[in-house]
Amino acid sequence: MFVRGLKRKCFDGEEDIEGTLAGIKAIPSYNLQRQSLLDMSLVKLQLCHMLVEPNLCRSVLIANTVRQIQEEMTQDGTWQMINTQSTGQASLDRLVSTDILCRSSREQAEGKHVPGYGTFNKDFEGGQGQDSSETMSTASSVQAPRNLQSNMWEMENSQESKGNFQKSLDQIFETLENKSPNSVEDLFSEVDNSYYDLDTMLTGMMSNTKMGHCDGLETFSSPTNTTSNSNCKSDLNELDHIVEILVES
Amino acid sequence: FVGAGGGNDIQWCFSQVKGAVDDDVAEADIISTVEFNHSGELLATGDKGGRVVIFQQEQENKTQSHSRGEYNVYSTFQSHEPEFDYLKSLEIEEKINKIRWLPQKNAAQFLLSTNDKTIKLWKISERDKRPEGYNLKEEDGRYRDPTTVTTLRVPVFRPMDLMVEASPRRIFANAHTYHINSISINSDYETYLSADDLRINLWHLEITDRSFNIVDIKPANMEELTEVITAAEFHPNSCSTFVYSSSKGTIRLCDMRASALCDRHSKLFEEPEDPSNRSFFSEIISSISDVKFSHSGRYMMTRDYLSVKIWDLNMENRPVETYQVHEYLRSKLCSLYENDCIFDKFECCWNGLDRQAAFPTDVLLCSSPSCSIVMTGSYNNFFRMFDRNTKRDVTLEASRENNKPRTVLKPRKVCASGKRKKDEISVDSLDFNKKILHTAWHPKENIIAVATTNNLYIFQDKMN
Repeated sequence: MFVRGLKRKCFDGEEDIEGTLAGIKAIPSYNLQRQSLLDMSLVKLQLCHMLVEPNLCRSVLIANTVRQIQEEMTQDGTWQMINTQSTGQASLDRLVSTDILCRSSREQAEGKHVPGYGTFNKDFEGGQGQDSSETMSTASSVQAPRNLQSNMWEMENSQESKGNFQKSLDQIFETLENKSPNSVEDLFSEVDNSYYDLDTMLTGMMSNTKMGHCDGLETFSSPTNTTSNSNCKSDLNELDHIVEILVES
Repeated sequence: FVGAGGGNDIQWCFSQVKGAVDDDVAEADIISTVEFNHSGELLATGDKGGRVVIFQQEQENKTQSHSRGEYNVYSTFQSHEPEFDYLKSLEIEEKINKIRWLPQKNAAQFLLSTNDKTIKLWKISERDKRPEGYNLKEEDGRYRDPTTVTTLRVPVFRPMDLMVEASPRRIFANAHTYHINSISINSDYETYLSADDLRINLWHLEITDRSFNIVDIKPANMEELTEVITAAEFHPNSCSTFVYSSSKGTIRLCDMRASALCDRHSKLFEEPEDPSNRSFFSEIISSISDVKFSHSGRYMMTRDYLSVKIWDLNMENRPVETYQVHEYLRSKLCSLYENDCIFDKFECCWNGLDRQAAFPTDVLLCSSPSCSIVMTGSYNNFFRMFDRNTKRDVTLEASRENNKPRTVLKPRKVCASGKRKKDEISVDSLDFNKKILHTAWHPKENIIAVATTNNLYIFQDKMN
């Protein structure tokens, strides 16, 4: 029924397809599928573990995929700001869960090294709730992976893509292009061997209560056996550094 | 491999399975690495909880020549503990990413184990005697009242129950900003490399406070980052040569004699992309998850998401052999991207030197010289083997249902499309949560260790 070797795109028969396709077993357009892939990728970049550093390889691969899509969309001329229409399924729950899942963005002064990977949620908070939720809902398929339908991958033109370009998507993409501090750079930035200045560090430590930061400190403050002596030692070294900074200031 | 074919094919039988039986997998029990030592007598596993478990092969029973020795627990220890990076406010996982054994030089065994940030050298030693008859101490260790000591004696060693002790001898820390994905011991047995996403460092086994950075692909502007290091390995014979693979499907061979910082490769191995297969997922599935030199060092093997490739070090522009592991997944890439399976990092391994081939009379029975078979894992607890000589391949399953020792494993088959035959499994029924990422082949015998999520299976070939 389907020809192997053609590009295929997952399409879950989402209910939020416009009325034009309602009632028909829709073969999704290439643009729609590409859009869906883009949304999914952006969500993936945002979903990050609060406590553990995310996988850099995975982040790089997803970001490259997003860039590929963007390049293609730019060439197609389909990369435009089109107003969204409401696509129902505004899943604010999804928005909230993303919010909780992502790290609290490090609202330090701009230009400093901002560690951590999940700073996209800042764009999602406040002001863009509606658009964001549509983005979420389009990508809600992430939450419920269904089996791939064997659909043809149609290389249709962009006439059909009147829907589903959200304004917020463009803004998300702007962040990817580093027009704001919370950007791809933040995805990959790290502290290296540089030390925070005092303000940054103190702010960071204070704002981490919800991540069980205190728990972390308690757990690792008292080594209990010989094999963890070395861990204790490296922890102590880090503590020494922090104390040094505190004292020197 | 199995059955009607020539007698050269290996017939695999279930031997043992280690680990919890219940389906509820404790996160800490997830096996993250498997490695035989150089003699094959010891088999080490590392898990997500930071523990290392070492199994030892029983000495072969002369009367029971139909089976090789079983592996039993030899030592268990906590290698890495969870840590907290205060500056970044991030946890450092204790998961053991890799274990590499050192060749044995004395009675003790040494291995390197690493988590995301810290490498440790562990010494595993046996103690089967203890001194008794101290003059100043009681047997329980308490000191005797000196005034009660009226005679002297020489303490003697008396046998005791075997105790296996693991102690950390070196801690190599604070050298990696990113997550360590590989460690590889040099053929000089004095140095080793550790690789993270963006850098590779060279260490001396005796020196923990210094390491040399030999590869650095971090761009000055992190926004320009598009490629990371995924694996690295030293050449088995040439102590100045190593390779590293990338997320874009390239392998770079570097010579440390060329410069201190090996930023310019000596060789770049890359296969041109097949335009007919191009999709948004092309780059992701080209990302190399493992690279292994053959024992001679003439070839190397790489694993990407869908295939295993054999490269001749003398030919950079394409691999000499390519084996499809699970091509039926190519049409499912979007779903696999959605559920993140497309980022699974499968390892691969070569077969060892077949001991039986050392005896001329048996040469008809087994002709699998070293590095003629490659093995790698897949989903649904399937694993695959490819014979480079016969070009035959087989799919086997690691499952407790086949756990009768000396029963030959039945080959499995996945039905990609069309009518499913009896005993075949359709692609849509595959369990993508049951993945075999780590496998190991005994260096000298046809014994393999296959790790499912939290169980370790040991299979042997059927001996006559």
